[in-house]
Amino acid sequence: MNYSIMIHVLSSVLAFEGLFLLLPCVVALIYGEAEGLCFLAVALGSIIIGGLGRARKVKSKAFYSKEGLVTVSLSWIIMSLVGALPYFLTGEIPNYVDAVFETVSGFTTTGASIMPDVEILSKCSAFWRCFTNWIGGMGVLVLVLAILPLSGSYNMHIMRAESPGPSVGKLVPKVKTTAMILYGIYAFITAMEVVLLMIAGMSFYEAITLSMATAGTGGFALLNSSIGSYTVAVQVIITIFMLLCAINFNVYYLVYARKPKEALACEEMRVFLLIVLISTVVITFNIAGMFDNVFIAFQTAAFQVASVITTTGFSTADFDKWPELSRIILLSIMFIGGCAGSTGGGLKVSRFIILLKSLKNEIVSISHPRSVKRVHMEGKVVSDSIIKTAQCYLFAYVIIVIVSTIVISVDGFDITTNLSAVMATFNNIGPGLGMVGPTGNFSQYSIFSKIILTLDMLIGRLEIFPMFILFSPKMLRR
Amino acid sequence: MKIIIVGCGNVGSTLAEQLSKEGYDITIIDAKEQLVNNLTNTFDVLGVVGNGASLGVQIEAGVKEADLLIAVTRSDELNLLCCLIAKKAGGCHTIARVSSPVYSKEIGFIKDELGLSLIINPQRAAAREMSRILKFPSALKIDSFAKSRVDLISYLIEEGSPLCDISLKDLRIKIGCDVLIPIVERGTEVIIPDGNFVLKAKDEISILAESRNAVDFFKKLGEPTAAVKDAMIIGGGRTCIYLASQLIDMGIKVKIIEKDKARCEELSELMPKALIIHGDGTEREVLMEEGILQTNAFVSLTNFDEENIMLALFAKSLTKAKLITKVHRISYDNIVDNLELGSIIYPKYLTAEIITKYVRAMHNSMGSNIETLYMLNDNRVEALEFLIKEDSPVIGIPLIDLELKPNILIGCITHRGQVIIPNGQSKIEAGDTVILVTTTHGLHDIQDALKLV
Repeated sequence: MNYSIMIHVLSSVLAFEGLFLLLPCVVALIYGEAEGLCFLAVALGSIIIGGLGRARKVKSKAFYSKEGLVTVSLSWIIMSLVGALPYFLTGEIPNYVDAVFETVSGFTTTGASIMPDVEILSKCSAFWRCFTNWIGGMGVLVLVLAILPLSGSYNMHIMRAESPGPSVGKLVPKVKTTAMILYGIYAFITAMEVVLLMIAGMSFYEAITLSMATAGTGGFALLNSSIGSYTVAVQVIITIFMLLCAINFNVYYLVYARKPKEALACEEMRVFLLIVLISTVVITFNIAGMFDNVFIAFQTAAFQVASVITTTGFSTADFDKWPELSRIILLSIMFIGGCAGSTGGGLKVSRFIILLKSLKNEIVSISHPRSVKRVHMEGKVVSDSIIKTAQCYLFAYVIIVIVSTIVISVDGFDITTNLSAVMATFNNIGPGLGMVGPTGNFSQYSIFSKIILTLDMLIGRLEIFPMFILFSPKMLRR
Repeated sequence: MKIIIVGCGNVGSTLAEQLSKEGYDITIIDAKEQLVNNLTNTFDVLGVVGNGASLGVQIEAGVKEADLLIAVTRSDELNLLCCLIAKKAGGCHTIARVSSPVYSKEIGFIKDELGLSLIINPQRAAAREMSRILKFPSALKIDSFAKSRVDLISYLIEEGSPLCDISLKDLRIKIGCDVLIPIVERGTEVIIPDGNFVLKAKDEISILAESRNAVDFFKKLGEPTAAVKDAMIIGGGRTCIYLASQLIDMGIKVKIIEKDKARCEELSELMPKALIIHGDGTEREVLMEEGILQTNAFVSLTNFDEENIMLALFAKSLTKAKLITKVHRISYDNIVDNLELGSIIYPKYLTAEIITKYVRAMHNSMGSNIETLYMLNDNRVEALEFLIKEDSPVIGIPLIDLELKPNILIGCITHRGQVIIPNGQSKIEAGDTVILVTTTHGLHDIQDALKLV
């Protein structure tokens, strides 16, 4: 392994995080909060250490897939450990493990919280929480790729390790330009939401924090009631933007490149929206009796479905109190998640489509053993290696869910709580069912379980394999 | 600039590497998914899997927005078809690789009628490079600048050469010749030397001089300056045909050893003046019998790199003949270079180099002032020819007062067709062309060479 170049990239990431940490300082300055000093100290420390690391000479530029995967996993771990320091230093989260859980939950756009009361947070800390959602949504390394001249062949390995989806492609020939386009689209969507929320009557601070949490499909809110206490207009805007951010960003690029026909033809987006529609309608009928009229029921159901399938994790109602059918539908769509190439988590719709189609082919080939059938998606043949990876991915996914659930069961909570806690963290959603439902939080879990769930979040965000490689010492040897 | 490359073989991947590093937007097309994946994993390029001659595939690769399509698959016909379709679909410039001798005589017609910008024939390009070296056997490699008025010649200093232990500022006095040494390769290091630099044996130097001065210079060194009188070529492939015909036209006696009888007859039909020997050129006895000891030049052109290198090593041990060796595989070029086999020709490198040159020239016509550009010494050195415009800040200043960035040297000024090897007092005028030699990449104009004030 080429450690010198990995240190170079990791230092860049650290320096970038230092720069990001200056943003809460600005917030603290505006609102006159003393907590800003903690952020400033951590920011300066990261910038200096990162800067020094970057100044070291890179001995060799050799950078392959393995280096890419390890670099990305380590970056996320370092980012989380450093990003947790301010919460700990300000004393707002007295336990460092809790602070790390909260930060990982932010960067991985999970939005699960260990805080019983989020309203006690200072404005700068709350801003930092939501900002971690935003930057984690598209990925810090993608931003580093967009800005820094990391010329050379290795940027694709980094991009592939960080971006979600079964096969990561580029929009344009250059990784740098691709990363810039992605962040451009992302920033544009976020800005649009800020404007709309402000028109709907929100203050600038609220609008920008909530927009960041929505765009990253993160789900950190400012109030204990999440989005429940806001007006219907705000809830509708947030529903729409959650869905927008969980659609493959390729679609927006096609719109931008004036190919609306191809954009609308995107199979993954259609399936995604279809799942959203069906789930919403079923849940609406299921819960209609609990609401004054069917429109409120529909709007509430739509919000919850969007929030769960996009893996955002906002809530406007306590869906844990809903009938069993609705609860199980919500738990199932947790598993599917958003589209590939979006900010959403979960298994990803494209993987779901590929697996479903390969299953269909398998059934055909059982009855017609000589049949030859390829899997098609978006009008193209999906290569066998992608199908194989998707199948392995699913298997790894199931194993992780089962093992994690067994391990955290040590704490003695009921199975709904444990399974949904694992599903909600591993798929980067946030709230689950039972004790970790929309009104609950993760604070009751033991330190050990919190560490497991923290790892689940990281593994889920980076799509399993990068973190697995980090934990297999054989791979790490030269 | 957006470029599509069809075919990810050796040439295609070399091109993709080189052009993507130079900052162009590259999309590659190949029917083999594995090849495309390998390239997109290693270089910053976009890959499309499919038949490059299909319109759908080309549109997916963005032919409508592309500025240039380069077709370098194995098949000549496919290459031509790719270019034809790209031309009609996107109206972009097109470059095709066409290597069959059957088409080579009609290349002008094909190029004009199909509207191609450039047709490249690797074997012919290799043959041309070889014949140029045989014309001037002291050189390892020759590049021409300023409409062929100036040559840049690589030369290896041998033990006991008059150049040993001479510092560059004494060069003019001691040798008495108007030449400049802008690049020295010592071991693995490439140096842009200054006046105090002392030459040593085993240095590979590049000499920049007006063509006739170069001849003068080599005469003073006691090196042969006339073309070789006869050449022995092993292997009668396409390159051999191109090379032998060129050598025969130059009046050089050619002896070709080829092991296939039918091929020998074909060669004899094509080139009645050549002496064709039917025999295995890798057999020691055959070589001895056919006079390897007396020949002036020994060219190994079989289809196997290993054989070519073995043959060259064998010839090197026996004679002082000028050696030219063809090597296809480019990944091990540093090992081959260490064998000191004289001139080594990499046809694939050469193809990539010619196309890269064309791309640069095309890019330049879109904005910067580079007239020609050569990548030298394994791409570590660039020699660039700039046209000086009237508003350039370098005009009228003696070179000694120009603050250049480190590792940049002004090698030559062409003033109204007059070639000047400059000294500290020389000045650059508007309309001159200037050749810069530098290890810094990415200069686009002569201003970029100046230290920032």
